[in-house]
Amino acid sequence: MTSIELNNVDIDFPIYDARTRSLKHRVLGLGPLGPQRVGPAGHHRVLVHALRGITMSVRNGDRLGLVGRNGAGKTTLLRVMTGIYEPAVGSIQVNGRVASLTNITMGMDMEGTGYENIVIRGLMLGLTRRQSMDRIEDIENFTELGEYLNLPLRTYSAGMLVRLAFAISTSINPEILIMDEMIGAGDKAFAEKATARLQKMMASANILVVASHASETLRQLCNKAALLRQGQLIAMGPVEEILQRYESEN
Amino acid sequence: MQRAGFSVAAHEARLSEAVLIPARPGNLGLARHDLVEAVRHWRLIVLLAWQDVRQRYRRSMLGPLWLTVSVAVQIGSLGLVYGELFHLDLKVYLPHLAVGLTVWAMFSNTINDGCLCFIAAESFLKQVALPKGIFPARVVLRSLITFAHDIVVLVIVLAIYSPPPVLGVLLSLLGIAIFAFNGLWIGLLFGMASARFRDLPPIVSSVMQVAFFLTPVIWLPSAIQGRLATLLALNPFACFLSIVRDPLFGEAPTMLSWSIVILVTILGWGLALTMFARFRGRVTYWL
Repeated sequence: MTSIELNNVDIDFPIYDARTRSLKHRVLGLGPLGPQRVGPAGHHRVLVHALRGITMSVRNGDRLGLVGRNGAGKTTLLRVMTGIYEPAVGSIQVNGRVASLTNITMGMDMEGTGYENIVIRGLMLGLTRRQSMDRIEDIENFTELGEYLNLPLRTYSAGMLVRLAFAISTSINPEILIMDEMIGAGDKAFAEKATARLQKMMASANILVVASHASETLRQLCNKAALLRQGQLIAMGPVEEILQRYESEN
Repeated sequence: MQRAGFSVAAHEARLSEAVLIPARPGNLGLARHDLVEAVRHWRLIVLLAWQDVRQRYRRSMLGPLWLTVSVAVQIGSLGLVYGELFHLDLKVYLPHLAVGLTVWAMFSNTINDGCLCFIAAESFLKQVALPKGIFPARVVLRSLITFAHDIVVLVIVLAIYSPPPVLGVLLSLLGIAIFAFNGLWIGLLFGMASARFRDLPPIVSSVMQVAFFLTPVIWLPSAIQGRLATLLALNPFACFLSIVRDPLFGEAPTMLSWSIVILVTILGWGLALTMFARFRGRVTYWL
């Protein structure tokens, strides 16, 4: 069973200034011989409470939309679910293969050819070399880049780059798909094709978690929603109910 | 995508362990798991390291040859000047210098870049849950590949001046492997510390510069006698250099060198693993 369970998760970000970032200040400030005018260094950490006591459970079949203002903790929550930030307090259990479509051009090598990038990005997404190779044909067909795939990425136009990145990122079938805002690609004709491909990917995932400011998108994609405010989970339930509450508050 | 950075097993095991021991620092199990996962990602490590090296080629017209030519020029000019200055026999001095400089370059690349292994990988670490052990390994492999470019020069110099015994070459390769193994803990430990304390990389690079002069790279150990020589023999860099270099000239490294190398390896890994277990999960917060 695919699921995501969060139990009382707190995420705090320490904010460091030049002084607390410095080993020199840390060492000198602690010693009795340290320059006093510097003051005690290191122990006055400023913490930003990004998430506070989040308890939620996402089950097989859930399409969860995250709503909330900027800075409410949506992206952080997505990163916790992806496994990027490990909670300092509380626990999280994720059952299922997770893939996150946040930055689709991440890890692309501008010096490498299109084909090389298909493999390297595949490895990063967790595929084996064999599995990456198997996806080449699908990506060739989708991107319509033809001979360009033999050229280094630096020769690509911005549109071509996005097309390739999008094709690679959407060539996998994760059980849990995590997205920060909807991703799209290219000109009008291509955008339709991209949407169709993305929808197929979303449909095949057991769980979808998407953070978005676009209520309409969430209404289309999701059956559930969670409202975040200042790092706290305010409400979670049917998408319509939560969206109405969110919209009425703004 | 059965085997993934956030593969089924990886993610499940990692996160469910976190459930059993919620938010407890110093979890050695998770640290070990991370390293095992990193080993399983060896292909990615190789690709990333090659990608780094290729980026260096690009900045020059001569491509891969540039790395080799520049080291040859460096050895040639230093060899002539210092050989004359110290009144040394080039037959002895040049091979000593060639091996010393290239091996030292590998040491200092590994250590200096090791400090940056996580900082430089910020864009990855904030996007995907890849095992953290990948990044020190990438740095070590990158230095080894760069070193491999210098081997061409070494082969030429050694062939002309003092052909090494076969057993010596093998022992020397073992020495390099032992250093590489140490490079991993250095990257792990210093990479984490540098992510937290950003003034560490420049401090380390200054220390490396001082260490360069305290290590018999451009001078011959035989030139220094007495108490100072005993003291300098304790320098771990000298010991690591000795286990790589001495066998090439048909000499056995001293017991002292071997003991210090083994001690550094054990203590270093012990410390790095303890710190990794404690702070592994915090690295992304520091970036």
